[in-house]
Amino acid sequence: MVDLIYQLFPYAIAFTVPLLITSLGGLYSERSGVINIGLEGLMLMGMFVGALIISRTESIYPGTAIWIGLLAAMLFGAVFALLHAFACVTLNANQVISGIAINMIAAAVTVYLARLISGSGNIQIIRGLSRQTIPILSDIPILGRLLFTQTYATTWFVLLILVVATFLLYKTRFGLRLRACGEHPHAADSAGVNVYRMRYMAVIISGACAGLGGATFIVTISGEFNGTAAGLGFLALAALIFGQWKPWGILGAAFFFGFASTVANVSQVVPMLAQIPGIYLKTFPYVVTLAALVLSSKYSLAPKAIGEPYDKGKR
Amino acid sequence: MDYVVEMRNIRKSFPGIIACDNIDFQVKKGEIHALLGENGAGKSTLMNILFGLYQPDAGSIYLRGKKVNIVNPNVANELGIGMVHQHFKLVHNFTVTENIILGLEPTRALMIDTRSASAQIKELSQKYGLNVDPDAKISDVSVGMQQRVEILKMLYRDAEILIFDEPTAVLTPQEVRELMKIMRNLIDEGKTIILITHKLREIMAIADRSTVIRWGKVVGTVNVADTTEEKLAEMMVGRKVLFELNKKEAHPKEEILRIEKLSVAGSGGAKGLKNFSLGVRCGEIVGLAGVDGNGQAELVGAIIGLRKILSGKIILHDRDVSTLSIRERISTGMAHIPEDRHKHGLILDYSVQENLVLKNYYLEPFSHKGLLNWDYIYDHAERVIKDFDVRAGEGAEASARSLSGGNQQKAIVGREFDGNPDLLIAVQPTRGLDVGAIEYIHKRLLEQRDQGKAVLLVSLELDEILDLSDRIAVIFNGELVGLVNAAETDENEIGLMMAGGKRGATA
Ligand SMILES: Nc1ncnc2c1ncn2[C@@H]1O[C@H](COP(=O)(O)OP(=O)(O)OP(=O)(O)O)[C@@H](O)[C@H]1O
Ligand SMILES: [Mg+2]
Repeated sequence: MVDLIYQLFPYAIAFTVPLLITSLGGLYSERSGVINIGLEGLMLMGMFVGALIISRTESIYPGTAIWIGLLAAMLFGAVFALLHAFACVTLNANQVISGIAINMIAAAVTVYLARLISGSGNIQIIRGLSRQTIPILSDIPILGRLLFTQTYATTWFVLLILVVATFLLYKTRFGLRLRACGEHPHAADSAGVNVYRMRYMAVIISGACAGLGGATFIVTISGEFNGTAAGLGFLALAALIFGQWKPWGILGAAFFFGFASTVANVSQVVPMLAQIPGIYLKTFPYVVTLAALVLSSKYSLAPKAIGEPYDKGKR
Repeated sequence: MDYVVEMRNIRKSFPGIIACDNIDFQVKKGEIHALLGENGAGKSTLMNILFGLYQPDAGSIYLRGKKVNIVNPNVANELGIGMVHQHFKLVHNFTVTENIILGLEPTRALMIDTRSASAQIKELSQKYGLNVDPDAKISDVSVGMQQRVEILKMLYRDAEILIFDEPTAVLTPQEVRELMKIMRNLIDEGKTIILITHKLREIMAIADRSTVIRWGKVVGTVNVADTTEEKLAEMMVGRKVLFELNKKEAHPKEEILRIEKLSVAGSGGAKGLKNFSLGVRCGEIVGLAGVDGNGQAELVGAIIGLRKILSGKIILHDRDVSTLSIRERISTGMAHIPEDRHKHGLILDYSVQENLVLKNYYLEPFSHKGLLNWDYIYDHAERVIKDFDVRAGEGAEASARSLSGGNQQKAIVGREFDGNPDLLIAVQPTRGLDVGAIEYIHKRLLEQRDQGKAVLLVSLELDEILDLSDRIAVIFNGELVGLVNAAETDENEIGLMMAGGKRGATA
């Protein structure tokens, strides 16, 4: 049992990270008052761009190709999210519908381009990110084995982003204004905050994070782009809600989903788990999510003005 | 030129109505200038123009003798103009400090310097006698306190000209007195105040001059010292207003509402209702007096079905209605003028005509065979609008949001009077109304009574309760302190009971 946990942990963490960073992206957008159902599509965009850039550059710059790919995925995620921002903030469109449109466009565009490029529609990268064991820290009893062996550099990078994001949101001017826009945009506006600009920035950040999330998934777990984000973006959205729109809550929720999904994925090869019918394990995270969302919805801490286009003239 | 603010020939029209019709308005430095006018006269619009929320169609604004162009509230802020809106603009889950510094945050090493900000706010708060806790969360503080946060927001931005749009409408009488004291402190520190209010007594008590507006035009500006409440009212309405009600003797009949040992859980720090019993008879008005937050909201919520009860009975027409749905209660003959007109009274983005049938749209003749009968709904709205003098640019088709605060209230009152309910539960029915409209609503309430209907009147205004009620129930801490005949009591006795003193306990 203990051994099993030691074995599962690195996989669970690897699975958690893309969810976490995407969820953090959603956090920025939603805290500013813009619902982002488009996380799935933004992630897919990141997967596509990441896989494409890495597969093209890895023979030329073997070491740095992955990082170029990750960076490009962030960039494209951000640019793609601009579309969502334009629809929701400038055009006052319905945010849910715009998000769905983002998902549909992303699926169509990436699959179309992938087919053009590779014929089969799959884009593989030859070498993913390698796992590293952190010297000294991995010698700490228990924790060392759980957290500091077989880790990906991206994990630490994303955790750093988590810390920075929390600081930004709660300690800085930018964060205070951003949260005000999500709670009471009229109050923010009358205090001289440019609500439109804040929301644009938030949505762009969310695109960059989701793009990074998608590409991270490629370089750590899947190794290829195959035309779908498999609901990871929606799971990130669920983690955002389950985590009650708070950075550390999101970390917990994302890890929970990551762990549960990993258990489901490996159940066939672990004797102890193989006795349980696969369908239970596979649906377990989703059933728990559903139950958790139903239960927590009553005490929902969702930003007050979420989903409302900001209308200056409204009194 | 010794005017700090001078607005010349201001004109602003909305579809179907001229809200400001060539208004000239001057304010002297260091005065409290009251702006008075009927509901929909254009007071809020004029002040929104001064604050940069609206752009005038024509006219110009001079500040300290210099012509200015106030294109948005930020410009107003920079020019030293601040405004407390009737509906506060505060972020509920931020602290007082965070709300005040928003947009002008002091920082140190990238971080917001909350500590020094909160110290500065404390200092400001002490200087003007505001008594605000800078670290409290907005959602935890009272409405009166929230208003002070709005005042601090202006002071933090060094505003010199402070606009208050109906600040007292949402306050308890106690809070009103404190606000007046604060206003005097502000004047002593050299600020200038523009005050919109419908309460003539407040104008007489605190203002130096008053400008009266009617139908978008200035009627005149007077020195408060040279005028009386009666004269102000006449200027404003254009006719004599009777402050005396023509109240005939009541002829109460059988009991229509009987509340037996009702207990309701409190919410948001309120104490709830404990073992409360009260009867209301046909042909009488029962007033419920009490300091805000002593169980009134719980009682009313339980009667109309918005709150769950813990125990007890609510008997309407000899039938326990405590388990019935709200719609069933309404169809038993109950009507309700809610305390918060935006939360429970109107759907702001619906038109006036739609809002006027919210409770009975599904009945003949408003619908026929499941389809809405728009012709009838329109005619119905026109009738209510005429009866209750609801002023809106586009009449029945105007959106409720575009109405002035007082006209929104009149629309709700009109809807609830419509259909002649057997029991009318009126909570602050005249909140935000001008004296003319108050007179009319009071007259209608008495008419209702004289026709043998019952009224339960809940109000924080002791005058209103004393003037209208036949019997007065006093509530304190969720319990009934006493029930007295209005003819046999006075303000002092009720006031004592409101503080929890039993009748006769103090002489
Ligand atoms: N944004 C708007 N769109 C359409 N009509 C408007 C708008 N704002 C105000 N009005 C109309 O202009 C008129 C004046 O409104 P205003 O709010 O200035 O009245 P007020 O004097 O403040 O009244 P009250 O005492 O009831 O608050 C009203 O008839 C109102 O319906
Ligand atoms: Mg007004």
